[in-house]
Amino acid sequence: MSASSAFNEEKMGSSSVGEAEYAYDPVSGKIFSSDYNRHDDLKEMLDSNKDSLKLEAMKRIVAMIARGKNASDLFPAVVKNVACKNIEVKKLVYVYLVRYAEEQQDLALLSISTFQRGLKDPNQLIRASALRVLSSIRVTIIVPIMMLAIKEAASDMSPYVRKTAAHAIPKLYSLDPEQKDQLIEVIEKLLADKTTLVAGSVVMAFEEVCPERIDLIHKNYRKLCNLLIDVEEWGQVVIINMLTRYARTQFLNPNLNESLLEDGGSGDKTFYGSDEDEDDDEKENKEKAEAAALAKRKPYVMDPDHRLLLRNTKPLLQSRNAAVVMAVAQLYFHLAPKAEVGVIAKALVRLLRSHSEVQFVVLQNVATMTIRRRGMFEPYLKSFYIRSTDPTLIKILKLEVLTNLANETNISTILREFQTYIKSMDKDFVAATIQAIGRCATNIGEVRDTCLNGLVQLLSNRDELVVAESVVVIKKLLQMQPEKHSDIIKHMAKLTDNIQVPMARASILWLIGEYCEHVPKIAPDVLRKMAKSFTYEEDIVKLQILNLAAKLYLTNSKQTKLLTQYVLNLAKYDQNYDIRDRARFIRQLIVPTEKSGALSKYAKKLFLALKPAPVLESPFKDRDHFQLGSLSHLLNAKAGGYQELPDWPEAAPDPSVRNVEVKESVPEWTKCSSREKRKEKKVEKPFYSDSEGESGPTESADSETNSASASDSASDSEQSRSSSESEESDEGSESEEEKENKNKKKVVKKAVKESERCRISLLPTITPSGTLKSYELLHRITGEGLSVEYCFGRQPFSPDANMVAVQLQFTNNSTSETKNLHMKDVKLQSGMRVKEFPEIELLPAGDTASAVMGIDFCDSTQAANLQLTSTRKFFVSIQPPVGELMRPVFLTENEFKREQGQLMGMNELTEKLILDAKYRNEHAIVQRVTTAAHLSRVPCGSDNECRFAGRTVTSGSLVLVTVATGEEGVAQLTVNCEKMVIGTMLVKDILLALTQ
Amino acid sequence: MIHSLFLINASGDIFLEKHWKSVVSRSVCDYFFEAQERATEPENVPPVIPTPHHYLISVLRHRIYFVAVIQSEVPPLFVIEFLHRVVDTFQDYFGVCTEAAIKDNVVVVYELLEEMLDNGFPLATESNILKELIKPPTILRTMVNTITGSTNVGEQLPTGQLSVVPWRRTGVKYTNNEAYFDVVEEIDAIIDKSGSTITAEIQGVIDACVKLTGMPDLTLSFMNPRLLDDVSFHPCVRFKRWEAERILSFIPPDGNFRLLSYHVSSQNLVAIPVYVKHNITFREGSSQGRFDLTLGPKQTMGKAVESVLVSSQLPRGVLNANLNPSQGAYTFDPVTKLLTWDVGKINPQKLPNLKGTMNLQAGASKPDENPTINIQFKIQQMAISGLKVNRLDMYGEKYKPFKGIKYMTKAGKFQVRT
Repeated sequence: MSASSAFNEEKMGSSSVGEAEYAYDPVSGKIFSSDYNRHDDLKEMLDSNKDSLKLEAMKRIVAMIARGKNASDLFPAVVKNVACKNIEVKKLVYVYLVRYAEEQQDLALLSISTFQRGLKDPNQLIRASALRVLSSIRVTIIVPIMMLAIKEAASDMSPYVRKTAAHAIPKLYSLDPEQKDQLIEVIEKLLADKTTLVAGSVVMAFEEVCPERIDLIHKNYRKLCNLLIDVEEWGQVVIINMLTRYARTQFLNPNLNESLLEDGGSGDKTFYGSDEDEDDDEKENKEKAEAAALAKRKPYVMDPDHRLLLRNTKPLLQSRNAAVVMAVAQLYFHLAPKAEVGVIAKALVRLLRSHSEVQFVVLQNVATMTIRRRGMFEPYLKSFYIRSTDPTLIKILKLEVLTNLANETNISTILREFQTYIKSMDKDFVAATIQAIGRCATNIGEVRDTCLNGLVQLLSNRDELVVAESVVVIKKLLQMQPEKHSDIIKHMAKLTDNIQVPMARASILWLIGEYCEHVPKIAPDVLRKMAKSFTYEEDIVKLQILNLAAKLYLTNSKQTKLLTQYVLNLAKYDQNYDIRDRARFIRQLIVPTEKSGALSKYAKKLFLALKPAPVLESPFKDRDHFQLGSLSHLLNAKAGGYQELPDWPEAAPDPSVRNVEVKESVPEWTKCSSREKRKEKKVEKPFYSDSEGESGPTESADSETNSASASDSASDSEQSRSSSESEESDEGSESEEEKENKNKKKVVKKAVKESERCRISLLPTITPSGTLKSYELLHRITGEGLSVEYCFGRQPFSPDANMVAVQLQFTNNSTSETKNLHMKDVKLQSGMRVKEFPEIELLPAGDTASAVMGIDFCDSTQAANLQLTSTRKFFVSIQPPVGELMRPVFLTENEFKREQGQLMGMNELTEKLILDAKYRNEHAIVQRVTTAAHLSRVPCGSDNECRFAGRTVTSGSLVLVTVATGEEGVAQLTVNCEKMVIGTMLVKDILLALTQ
Repeated sequence: MIHSLFLINASGDIFLEKHWKSVVSRSVCDYFFEAQERATEPENVPPVIPTPHHYLISVLRHRIYFVAVIQSEVPPLFVIEFLHRVVDTFQDYFGVCTEAAIKDNVVVVYELLEEMLDNGFPLATESNILKELIKPPTILRTMVNTITGSTNVGEQLPTGQLSVVPWRRTGVKYTNNEAYFDVVEEIDAIIDKSGSTITAEIQGVIDACVKLTGMPDLTLSFMNPRLLDDVSFHPCVRFKRWEAERILSFIPPDGNFRLLSYHVSSQNLVAIPVYVKHNITFREGSSQGRFDLTLGPKQTMGKAVESVLVSSQLPRGVLNANLNPSQGAYTFDPVTKLLTWDVGKINPQKLPNLKGTMNLQAGASKPDENPTINIQFKIQQMAISGLKVNRLDMYGEKYKPFKGIKYMTKAGKFQVRT
């Protein structure tokens, strides 16, 4: 107890120092001089050598900024600390700098050199943060410096720095739009980036700088689709929205054929009921399509790229982020064939459980969707029922959706629901409900009378708003069949005495005027009453009084002539010129004088023409010309920077623009020895394994020096895990289309591999988990405290493509530090070469360090004997398992068969084996084979065969492995390899791996 | 995208502002105040307000408006979702997200906002990454910092931001390795006057608190996964595995997180665990109304219904209420006309009852609306849908973790119309 109170006191004490600023502010704010003094003491604190004082001062300054107080006079004192060692001080200085740099441009320049230095830092995170702050300083003078920094960062080896570069692009663009052309070049370059980290940010930059340059997307389209699932959620939203627009320009409307069918009479009219009132241009489209279809008689085939987009976005409907779900929903709504759009309904209904702001936006979009695709949400009708605790905004939107969903079958349920709503205490909501009833009544003829009776009952409601709203709605309903309802009109005429709401009074007057022939006795009396109160009425009521007078004069001039004259005279001197104009106009038209022209003959026709019944429409009709989910759609007005959703093209543009070059890639791939970390990929299952599995982000950072930090490589090895193994799931029942699609993807895959840069990386300090088998190089006893382990990281070794990367981990178990640890090559076999790791200058006691070296084993399993030197010399040897002497290559099934055909006879080795019952499934086989040898999987049509391919590292000879499984775990292993020794040893190793 | 952020309290003061691009004058909030005045209830302020040069997108949480200023087209949900994420982060950091907490930690708030958005585009929103960058304030740390002058800002550089497992920190260590999962189901229902169900559905979440060393890889399987109709996952869950085998396989974030939220398919009939007998009447010409309410358990599978709270918005004409609860206590607020009755636990032998009279304004006519009754309750150790976790396995690490699963059923939006 006492301890905790002591803590509290401590906390109070500490916070009072920090918050002193806060507490005294209202007082000091008033007295300007003291304000001045206080800033002086802040300056003093900033000038001191103590970090704690500086920090304290910065905290108080940031608190001032947060409250919107001006702290700009401290600029010189703050900017001095930009190079401060203390991280928190530095960060707060950055916050200050970004806030005030615009106002103090000259002084801000003092800080630039610090950031320029930061841009060269070996640590990627420091480089990134330097670029981030530099680009946030809105000073036009430094535009060239920023441009240079962005360009450099865009080709940085670290994806994180490249991401920051992408973020910096819109900043520079808003500062100086003239840089656009140069920036587009950078965007183009970054769009080609293969990492998920960069993808979202660069598409965001694309959208802000050059959304019209859709041509930049072509080559990256498939890659973006495949990466999508691994991109962070905010990036996903931006990419999906952009791809929606892209797809609208590149693919054909998938619903053209369906609408043709409908025209042929087989369409389900209730399901697509709302299609009847589709706009003209759509009909035009249909006609054109019909003509086209007649000419060609060719069924619509969806572009495989179109299919790819739909398939890869679908899982994102399960995202926890409402914005992502909405983005996918709008993509499906705008792009998918009608039959498939339904899947989004469930996800959108799920979002209705979320915060009310989310509900608000989702309901707006659902309301628009229900107009075009009613059937989609019908099963979820009850999810839109209104609770008394919903905010009014939400209630009204739900009502809108319910009204849109109403049809002959569910109208009785909906009306029963509406009945309870009318009793609500929320009057705005009741008014909206009455309007909704009116709309249901107009749309569905069967219930019109029921609705009308219900509404008439409401006329005796105690609440005036309710009555007024009912009058307005009844007026609209009566217009449809007036002759039947003269008693309702009479009833309403009586109401004029009580109702005060102008709109309702106007409506009643209009009704009486319009149907004065049905109520010949009452109408003149109403006019009499109105003439009395004319001067007190609202403008809208006055206009209707004039209207009523004119109509009565035309039909029953005997009784109403004088009254009409009187009203017209009153109106003549009204304040409102609209009313004066109207009075003048009516007088000329209806009162015959010698001057009055031919028009007065037609006065009756003009006034008492049969008016078409109003169509009660949803305010959400036609909103779907805005892209759903957008701000513009929500406001029903174009927001700044909104990109129109283009109409489908009539003929699809050339799909080959999306092809990525393949031809060159294969030979280049042979040269480059980047190794796939296949083993890790197999053992660590993918995070969101994409259906095809190519989507895995590829590591790309390449570094010429070993300066890349450990964290960098750690993250890299983690990246490599998210990839895939799920090809099996797709095999078998594929349609033609999908196969084609798949082949195309393979193309992408190759291209990815081709440009995948090679890299050296230090061994991750935190190995993802014990999946890499490590071997002992030096035991700590023989090494006198120094122990060394090595493993084959299966990473590409960039300085020399023919070398195998070996990761070494040094641990100093002794009590003293080890210095100058390096390697000398001795006694190498002929042809073998070694690329040493950079010297480790210092390894403190108890510490570990890691390094990577490359060894060219000349495709033999001979050990490489080496000498490890620090204060002492140790002789060590590294012996590679045969499986590590190869790297994976990607072949298609056909290529595999062709290559296998050329490696028959002596080059083929076959072995029979019995698989353990537990390991008969494909997954286990794949895992075991790829663990034993660094090979990649080759797609295969048959279920009981697994194929793998690779090339030896030095000579590049093909290694092909086939495992065919039969009944009862009998399996046959076939290895085809030009190098018979390698082949024989590989057979042994794989056999061992499969049977142990 | 997001230009600026203003935090406005219930009394209409802007107590924090942050700008990510050029400074937008706080006078832009006047448009917001206008809209706020027009709205009768605080939650009726439209989330999106267009002004001549900007758009204001706001969320209301904990009686604080978070108003984001937007200049050009952006998906509104993008901003709303982000703002909610900001609130969640504050809550995570300070325990509560109140004006006082934000003011007390204004520097941390500023640092957080700085990391979460770059030039208006979200940068780091995962709580695990943020915690690596900026350590949450605790009493102990504040004390130590004051004495030693050390900082809240992490010395380490955040590696999580670079990895493909951005939700998990590296190098996590615990002496006690534990993983707890709470299966919480909420029943949303509307019951009509006669006691029949108009609509009822079950929404559930699985919240996890995982404190495990290293990089554990967990799999969670259900006895009856078919129950789950519509699910949404934390990004850590491998979607493919769920599609194929209906197993949740994931590398968990460190600490508390929501693993899964789900919806139970509507084909299944929902068991409604409580029933309400009510008799609320007003007589014409009399200034008194009768109120009689009885609660009872039904379909609870033998579990006790606890923490029952009944609330009802009585008609505007009601001046006060003289009621007599058989258990618990009731309050009636004559200003908002809100009646709340804290019932506690329902004893099936002696059903709780609230009975008495309501006084109406003299001379006022009989109110024509009947109040809706909202009910909250909790049932421990039961998931009303019958969902059961089968097993939890861990791979990738060698130790044996302590595992625990808890079930609970709660009322969500549970309304009875009268």
